[in-house]
Amino acid sequence: MTASRLATGGSAIDRSRPLRFSFDGTSVDGFSGDTIASALLAGDVAVVGRSFKYHRPRGIWGAGVEEPNALVDIGGASPNTRATTEPAREGLVAKSVNATPNALSDRNAFLDRFSRFIPAAFYYKTFMWPDWHMFEPRIRAMAGLGKVDTDWTSQGTSDQINHHCDVLVVGAGPAGLAAAGLAAGAGLSVTLVDDQRKPGGSLGHRASEIDGRPAALWIEETLAALVGGGHLILPSTTAFGIYDHNLVGLNQRHFDGRPDTLWRVRPRRIVLATGAIERPLPFASNDLPGILSADAALCYLRHHAVLAGRRIVVATNNDSAYEVAEAVADAGAEVTLVDIRRDGMPDAKVRTIKGRALASAAGKLRVEGVTLDDGTRLDADCVLVSGGWTPTIHLFGQARGKLAWSEARAAFLPGDPVECISVAGAAAGAVSLSDVFAGAERAVASLGQAKVAAPRSTGPETTAGIVAAWPVPGSKGRVWIDYQNDVTVKDVELAARENFVSVEHLKRYTTLGMATDQGKTSNLPGLALMAGITGRTVPEVGTTTYRPPFTPVPLASVAGARVGELMAPVRRLPLENVHRASGAVFQEYGGWLRPAHYGGRGADADRAIQDEALRARQSVALFDGSTLGKIEVIGTKAAEFVDFLYYNTMSTLKPGRCRYGFMLSENGVVFDDGVLVRLDEHRFVVSCSSSHVAAVHARLEEWRQDRFGRNAVYIHNATSEMATLTVSGPNARKLLETVGFGLSLDDASLPHMAIGRGVYAGDEVRIARVSFTGDRSYEISIRADRAEPLWAHLRQAGQKFDAVLIGLEALMILRAEKGFIVIGKDTDGTTLPHDLGSEGPRAKRQTEYVGRRSLFTEEASRGDRLQLVGLTVPRGEAPLPTGAHGIKRRDGRLYSQGFVTSSYQSPTLGQPIALGLIERGAARHGETIEIQHLGKHRSATIAAPCAYDPAGGRLNA
Amino acid sequence: MQLFPCPFCGPRDETEFHYGGDAGNARPDGGDVPIDRWAGYLYLRSNPKGAAREIWVHMNCGEFFVMERDTLTHTVLSSAELGGEHAA
Repeated sequence: MTASRLATGGSAIDRSRPLRFSFDGTSVDGFSGDTIASALLAGDVAVVGRSFKYHRPRGIWGAGVEEPNALVDIGGASPNTRATTEPAREGLVAKSVNATPNALSDRNAFLDRFSRFIPAAFYYKTFMWPDWHMFEPRIRAMAGLGKVDTDWTSQGTSDQINHHCDVLVVGAGPAGLAAAGLAAGAGLSVTLVDDQRKPGGSLGHRASEIDGRPAALWIEETLAALVGGGHLILPSTTAFGIYDHNLVGLNQRHFDGRPDTLWRVRPRRIVLATGAIERPLPFASNDLPGILSADAALCYLRHHAVLAGRRIVVATNNDSAYEVAEAVADAGAEVTLVDIRRDGMPDAKVRTIKGRALASAAGKLRVEGVTLDDGTRLDADCVLVSGGWTPTIHLFGQARGKLAWSEARAAFLPGDPVECISVAGAAAGAVSLSDVFAGAERAVASLGQAKVAAPRSTGPETTAGIVAAWPVPGSKGRVWIDYQNDVTVKDVELAARENFVSVEHLKRYTTLGMATDQGKTSNLPGLALMAGITGRTVPEVGTTTYRPPFTPVPLASVAGARVGELMAPVRRLPLENVHRASGAVFQEYGGWLRPAHYGGRGADADRAIQDEALRARQSVALFDGSTLGKIEVIGTKAAEFVDFLYYNTMSTLKPGRCRYGFMLSENGVVFDDGVLVRLDEHRFVVSCSSSHVAAVHARLEEWRQDRFGRNAVYIHNATSEMATLTVSGPNARKLLETVGFGLSLDDASLPHMAIGRGVYAGDEVRIARVSFTGDRSYEISIRADRAEPLWAHLRQAGQKFDAVLIGLEALMILRAEKGFIVIGKDTDGTTLPHDLGSEGPRAKRQTEYVGRRSLFTEEASRGDRLQLVGLTVPRGEAPLPTGAHGIKRRDGRLYSQGFVTSSYQSPTLGQPIALGLIERGAARHGETIEIQHLGKHRSATIAAPCAYDPAGGRLNA
Repeated sequence: MQLFPCPFCGPRDETEFHYGGDAGNARPDGGDVPIDRWAGYLYLRSNPKGAAREIWVHMNCGEFFVMERDTLTHTVLSSAELGGEHAA
């Protein structure tokens, strides 16, 4: 045993609540309050994973979010969980990543012996011939981290909370707690977030005294005051990103089985008290298990009563490790402190070697000793290193804060201030607790006078005293820069040799700073090395761009409730349940969930559709057309308005009448078609296509507000207020007459393209004689909430006429038999109205309308435009495939001359029918052309679009 | 995510808004507008770096308005309802 649990102590653990979990199949004991990492360390499990590329054995490095090595798969949605932040729980099953069968004996470990043949970017050069994609699957299988469990599904959905406050304080260490307390004292609303389960930050493990009392008391009182003041404290919550206008994204963990919660916070001011992260030191084999961050070892000692080793070498280039060396010695370890600096700190109360650095570490599966740069060998089962502190300025960088290089701190610090953001504490380069508190005061000073006193540090003060110890070119052995991505000094040298000297290129070429830890321990050493190689200063090399998220955020948090049916909610018919009871099979059409057909599932669907279409022609059909647009245009300028919006002149329409027309886009392309109803002099109803209601409404609003003025016309979208029930077929009028609506339905009173007002069960109904089937049709519109009795009445009355319920699929057949188009199906983004045979307004209209000028361009006047036609094939053949091209041959090559847009088997005609857009089609009726689809060739004859009842006699039959 | 000031509803989340085009892109009327002028109205956009005047629509209330915005910094400089007969 080397690492071990002490008999007493550990502020985070509860020894009365032991627990047991498994790691790589072995059982591990711990206590409530342990993380997976602290329990593994207490159990002296040295190797916790294998590295990304070389499958090197790796151990725990840190004690927080920066952890590059100790990633474990605990199932669920997070295959790369940091063992250092994940609480241990009873029964948990954790597995190491990128190791087969386990971390201790990985069968791909041999790869490390070939490491010099596979440096950075080797695969770009080695696996070029014949094709990288041949090698990619096997290489990917050997490299990488955790594997996603594709069978896993989320338990419940993540909450998403929008939150506002005066001050958001990120980080509940000494700076954050002080800033939060002062801001609250100034009467501001405060939200305090911290990614640890217990607030306190460095106060939890570094020696300190505040206002003459233990720091723990001050933490307790500060938190109690915040809670008492109604302020919000969110532990286990990471502020992962700052976005435009200082929107801050938080991800809150719960540890009780609930998915994480996403917070969107819009504070007036942000205080970043995010602390700093300890860096490694460069020496050969500095990645061996048993080599830890010195500060992390102190965390494990104080929080979990875990001593990281028996014979410990502490290596440092700054003052902060002295406290660690003395603490682990007090806990019973045999300690040697190796300080790169000759003077500065007085000797620690342990054996101290000054002016020496580590040259290399030795050991296979864990560190066994170190060699100093003078050749001295020291035995050790644990090496604690402190290479200095990198302020956590990620959020400041995301907010486009400029960084300033500090030689004294050997780190980038926040530079020019960013509006509404303050940085305090170690993140701003403060080291001593007095400086930290002074910075916290400054951070909130501009917000008002606090009615509470700022805390004072009365205990020992930390000093920095750092002398930079960056990795240097030409280092002997393998000096690791980025543990997680297996990047060594040699890889950075290679990148420099190949001229990837820009920090962004360095990152992409070597993968330095990528993956789950995003280089929290490695970025600065990497770019300092690049500076050394290329003879530049660190600020000249610069940093890569800081981007969210700071730590990985579950996709479930970002998705929130927008999953499953709520991803893209469908619009629903008021009579949906009634249709379901009638056996309707529903499909989504342009955002609406509508009956496709009634009865007949799977293979029987087609027969049901054909049956519906056939019977609709024979007697009478009932169809739910509630999705049709019903947008009212009201006002003294309404007639002028619809004239401008429509291609067709609409102002000549008489009250009580309807007219079919096109709306164009300004580029002349047909945007929508439909019927316009004139209810009275100053009131129209735009009955646009179902899937275009929102777009047409927006268009009407835009022109109303932009061209006609706010008070000249009013637009009201009444689509969902009314249900529209359609009765179509030769017996439609007879059926309606048995229901009775209090108005005369004879053809003189209510001719085709007229509208009448009636009453049903006390409610006003509008009955429009418009037809999308070619048969006599009545569209009855009634209050949506009163539609059900009318529908039932129509069905009951229809029994006498063998009425049939038809879905949208049968309607599509009926309209195609008549050559009626569906915009966006029978037209595309180039179709102009005259391509569809509507030449009149273009030729004759003198007044202005949307898209007018575009109908007279060179392109619009070409003779070879695609025009709407019908396409017929011999009886007995299958329908043409929709999308098939009409082709022509010239010089032995094939050219498209248009395509099939709609194609069905017509049960009434007993043969296939089709519509298409064909070059010069209007003048080529009767001509047979070649049709090609997926390599198969057929022929079809061009015809008029209308294949059934071209004279229109059935409208009044 | 940014906050955009709807002149009618106040500051609202950017996801509630749609872009409507350059402000001041006046429509030339008539069937005989010179084709270059018409093409300019349809397709040519100034795409400035820095301050830009744009038409936006707040989908929740349906109102179109003019917003001045810095395309580089995303700072919103002003927003105002449409002026009158034409947005100029």
